[in-house]
Amino acid sequence: MSGSALLLQFLNGLAGANSLFLVAAGLSLIFGVSRIVNFAHGSLYMLGMYVAVWLAPATGFWAAVLLAALIVAATGALVEIGVLRRLYQAPELLQLLATFALVLIVRDFALWAWGPQDMLGPRAPGFGDAVFIAGAAFPRYDLLLIALGPLVFVLLHALLTRTRWGTLVRAATEDREMAAALGVNQRWLFTGIFGLGALLAGAGGALAVPREPASLAVDLAAISDAFVVVVVGGLGSVPGAFLAALVIGEVKAFCIGYGYSEITLAVEFIVMAVVLVLRPWGLLGKPLPAPRGAAAVEPPLGRIDRKAALALACLAALLAGLPLAGDEYTLVLATDILVFALFAVSLHFIMGPGGLASFGHAAYLGLGAYGAALLLLRAHAPTEAALALAPLLALGGAALCGWFAVRLAGVYLAMLTLAFAQIVWSIAFQWDSVTGGSNGLIGVWPAPWLASKSAYYYLALLVCGIGIALLWRALGAPLGYTLRAGRDAPLRADAIGIDVRRVQWIGFAIAGTFAGIAGALYAFSKGSISPETLSVPRSVDALVMVLLGGVQTLTGPAWGAVLFVWLQDELAREVEYWRAAIGAVVLALVLVFPRGLAGYLKERFAR
Amino acid sequence: MTALVVQGLTKSYGGVQALRGVSFSVSTGELVAIIGPNGAGKTTCFNLLNGQLAPDAGDITLDGRSLVGRAPRDIWRLGVGRTFQITATFGSMSVRENVQMALVSRERRLYAPFAAFPRLYAAEADALLERVGMLEQAARPCALLAYGDLKRVELAIALANRPRLLLMDEPTAGMASEERGALIALARALAKTDGIAVLFTEHDMEIVFGHADRVLVLHAGELIAVGAPEVVRVDARVQELYLGAP
Amino acid sequence: MRLLVFLSGVLLAGGAAAQTVKIGELNSYKVFPAFLEPYRKGMQLALEEINAAGGVAGRKLELVVRDDGGTPGDAVRVAEELLAREKVNLLMGTFASNVGLAVANLANQRKVLFLASEPLTDKLVWEDGNRYTFRLRPSTYMQTAMLIGQAAKLGRKRWAIVYPSYEYGQSATASFKKLLAKAQPGVQFVAEQAAPLGKIDAGAVVQALAQAKPDAIFSSLFAADLQKFVREGNTRGLFRNLAVFNLLGGEPEYLDPLQDETPEGWWVTGYPWSAIDTPEHRRFRDAYQKRWQDYPRQGSVVGYTAVHAAANAITKAKSADSEKLVEALKGLQMQSPFGPITWRPIDHQSTMGAYVGQLAKKGGKGVMVNWYYADGAKYQPPDQEARALRKAP
Repeated sequence: MSGSALLLQFLNGLAGANSLFLVAAGLSLIFGVSRIVNFAHGSLYMLGMYVAVWLAPATGFWAAVLLAALIVAATGALVEIGVLRRLYQAPELLQLLATFALVLIVRDFALWAWGPQDMLGPRAPGFGDAVFIAGAAFPRYDLLLIALGPLVFVLLHALLTRTRWGTLVRAATEDREMAAALGVNQRWLFTGIFGLGALLAGAGGALAVPREPASLAVDLAAISDAFVVVVVGGLGSVPGAFLAALVIGEVKAFCIGYGYSEITLAVEFIVMAVVLVLRPWGLLGKPLPAPRGAAAVEPPLGRIDRKAALALACLAALLAGLPLAGDEYTLVLATDILVFALFAVSLHFIMGPGGLASFGHAAYLGLGAYGAALLLLRAHAPTEAALALAPLLALGGAALCGWFAVRLAGVYLAMLTLAFAQIVWSIAFQWDSVTGGSNGLIGVWPAPWLASKSAYYYLALLVCGIGIALLWRALGAPLGYTLRAGRDAPLRADAIGIDVRRVQWIGFAIAGTFAGIAGALYAFSKGSISPETLSVPRSVDALVMVLLGGVQTLTGPAWGAVLFVWLQDELAREVEYWRAAIGAVVLALVLVFPRGLAGYLKERFAR
Repeated sequence: MTALVVQGLTKSYGGVQALRGVSFSVSTGELVAIIGPNGAGKTTCFNLLNGQLAPDAGDITLDGRSLVGRAPRDIWRLGVGRTFQITATFGSMSVRENVQMALVSRERRLYAPFAAFPRLYAAEADALLERVGMLEQAARPCALLAYGDLKRVELAIALANRPRLLLMDEPTAGMASEERGALIALARALAKTDGIAVLFTEHDMEIVFGHADRVLVLHAGELIAVGAPEVVRVDARVQELYLGAP
Repeated sequence: MRLLVFLSGVLLAGGAAAQTVKIGELNSYKVFPAFLEPYRKGMQLALEEINAAGGVAGRKLELVVRDDGGTPGDAVRVAEELLAREKVNLLMGTFASNVGLAVANLANQRKVLFLASEPLTDKLVWEDGNRYTFRLRPSTYMQTAMLIGQAAKLGRKRWAIVYPSYEYGQSATASFKKLLAKAQPGVQFVAEQAAPLGKIDAGAVVQALAQAKPDAIFSSLFAADLQKFVREGNTRGLFRNLAVFNLLGGEPEYLDPLQDETPEGWWVTGYPWSAIDTPEHRRFRDAYQKRWQDYPRQGSVVGYTAVHAAANAITKAKSADSEKLVEALKGLQMQSPFGPITWRPIDHQSTMGAYVGQLAKKGGKGVMVNWYYADGAKYQPPDQEARALRKAP
């Protein structure tokens, strides 16, 4: 590239970085203070866009930006008061489930309110044209953005360091318990910070209007970008978010400038993975203070006693009789449920007792599925061999990712697993000659003896039943207790001879392998496989199932899977706005049963 | 018989010398207290002994084997048990399971995927709990225990590996005064019957002078006095340190 | 008593079911609503027309519509539900290519007709084609081929290409390069930019394309990516003096949001709904506007024609039996809003075409001008090539 081309791509990168920063800064602030992983941040951004496009004809662009930011801020504050505030005492990550529900609701709301068509908003008055820089036209508006990012950064910095409110925010970010002990009114602090974060997201969305249309897919794109920036920068660090946005904006612009555009599909995740491996707390982040006090104590895990074992045996017998009672579709649905139950239980294995929340567990489901498809189609292996060997690919992937992941903690770990999953996804998505690219592979049918729905159902029942039983058994064995020991008190575990990383790594690999078994079964039950199997939404599904059922219970995640798959099937058929309906149901369940369904039942019976 | 030998232990953090050439030893069955004002280097000394920190210079040997450069978990396997200043137990497990965990680790069965954990070494765990007086509460979740009881559980956990050396960091911190004496007396009894060398830090001088066989006094990273309690009590430098210049 | 009522209800329902022919329609309604809401309206209109005219083969036609969730795995389950519970006679629909291929794969396994209305991938009828799958819309290859004539006519030497980085964009790019090189030997491809679907970094892409100093651009961007690309390119003056060709760019779904940004002079494939005045189109447009108080989009035509195709096949087969329907569809000739179409026996692709024209602005809105109908029959590879690509009979 010539000098002027370099300069222009650098400016493009800067413009991109500044819009990234606006979204990411709010997310980082919210996380820093409240420890909430706000999935709905992208939805707030999307709302900002829609509201601005919608208001602009009446109020003019600049007033629309201001109003959109304020409306979104108010929405954010209301969400905090109405939903999240009720969940601070609940197990960590449950807020994540609530914000996931909000994503679904907001998206269907936008569809309902503004219709399906993309809405390209107006250009910014006074900034609609281009200026000439080094002989090339460069949008004047992008220059404005380049100036605006640092301005917002400075304002935020001043707010955080020069005002009493900012001091409280920083105190709460550093040490939540201490701030509370010193009499900071947490309620209003949290509402305020959530409102501020939403304001920034809404402003970011509104300011993106001159550059891109408001569309219904914007939320997920924005949230994934924002998460990457926040994590790369270091959670809770506004300067870190600024730096990370710059790095990622520039890396992307130069990938495009140098003609490596295919990489842009995954480049931010590659950057994130590298940063996390080298700097486990992000570029400017600090180690998260370990939570103290009662909130950190996990309840004991349930055990399958004689009565429960009897009940499960009865259930198995009932399930074995299903082909006699149900129609063919019941078997299809039941097969799906069984596969996802094993998938959810495998995630729970590492996430509950292991304390390692994987946000990319679909990677192993997908690796198992692709393994099975490739063995069948490319190596011409028989079904039985494909089913048996495919999980090894998942094992390999989990062992690789886990090796790095167990060196991290908390959300950083979660995001490294997510990055790994995205990288695997983009490989499957682009490696056309092997994986079939975005179309995937078809013709993945099982051998004739498994072709009937009932035969395949029995196979799924057998394999998933045994898989789940083995995982539960392992949780009641030294392995599971050792995992819990590493989660409960790593120092103590180390002081009694436990290699915590090692047991976590083993747990991670086991969880990945069982997810791979589920994936292989899934591939043969569908007859085809595509990158969607290892995409982020699938990983999120697994998280939802586990949290819905109760992450600190033994059998809950399996029930969560049953409920979620059934609900999705039922609502998608019966309800027009079925995603919002799922969101509403999940939200209601979260508010009523903050410890998950099984957790709730356990508490009831304990009384 | 000498169990622990520490020679010339030195550690500094970014130019600040936390320990300078500290040497001492502890024999089996002996209760040795480390005292000194805040910042004297007690915690550093402990963390060097248990492997959480590596020394800049000096050597630590237990029964002739060097502990330097080993991870805490390996040091534990060589026979060093410990209790924490802020108790650290596995909150999601019962008292008995906490002890069983240590026993399972001793037997190197940590990764066994199928054995039913609750049945493993339960009798031995109960025996250990009986020794520390916690058998009645064996089935309770650790998260629900009183602080003093947690300290006893930690003691039982520490005993599970039949340690040669027991490190207790502020064992009585946070306890009611009547409990303190009982706990340290318990540790003393265990040390004598099992032949364990015990090294502990302590703020409560009554405990130190009432129960320790010997006392080490650290000041500014240096060992300024060593000896029996009655000797240390009248040591001029110790007097000066605690009571100010005469 | 209650049992009796229930039983009679079941019998009545069973009786009614015997009277209808069921189409099981599954689509990603909530993932691609911009295209699929008009699509649904088109289907509904066709269904009402057919049933008002007495149905098919003496029976009423019934549509059972399902949302497939936008993922192949869920779509296959939904299709199973349609087959097992609803006992539909044929499957129809799907939008994204991966979902289309997965359902086609299932249809082949279950030996049931699948009328893929929308997915564009060439593989659906060629490499991965099967006996039971037929596709209505002109494929990626066909629509690309429709633009080649105009592209070659201009004689531009240096081409830059931008495409969404997934199968549709990749195969559009590959076909374009192959066909143009054949039509215009010596043509150079000077830059290629793949953009993540829905996430194009338009500023950097426009800059990189400008850097390559092309004299023409071929783009297969659509939806939000297209709008971002157009606005950024307009601001930076990328399109000045350049010939630009954009697949699908004239479809109302993607053209209408552009409004006064509409780049004039671009060659596109699309659907100039307001200007087509053939009798068959006028009848369709009038009926659609009367029924929905809205103008038809590309999706409306696809949904409408797909249902009519199913009805035609059933009428011709005088049966709803899958094997007979397959045979009936092969070579079936029928009328569509775009004129007569034929279902090619050789690869199960319909000859429905698209309109090729140039973009222009009229009253702050984008329209197509200089357009003509590109009949899908004319934009096919030679028969032996199609046969070689297709493994299935």
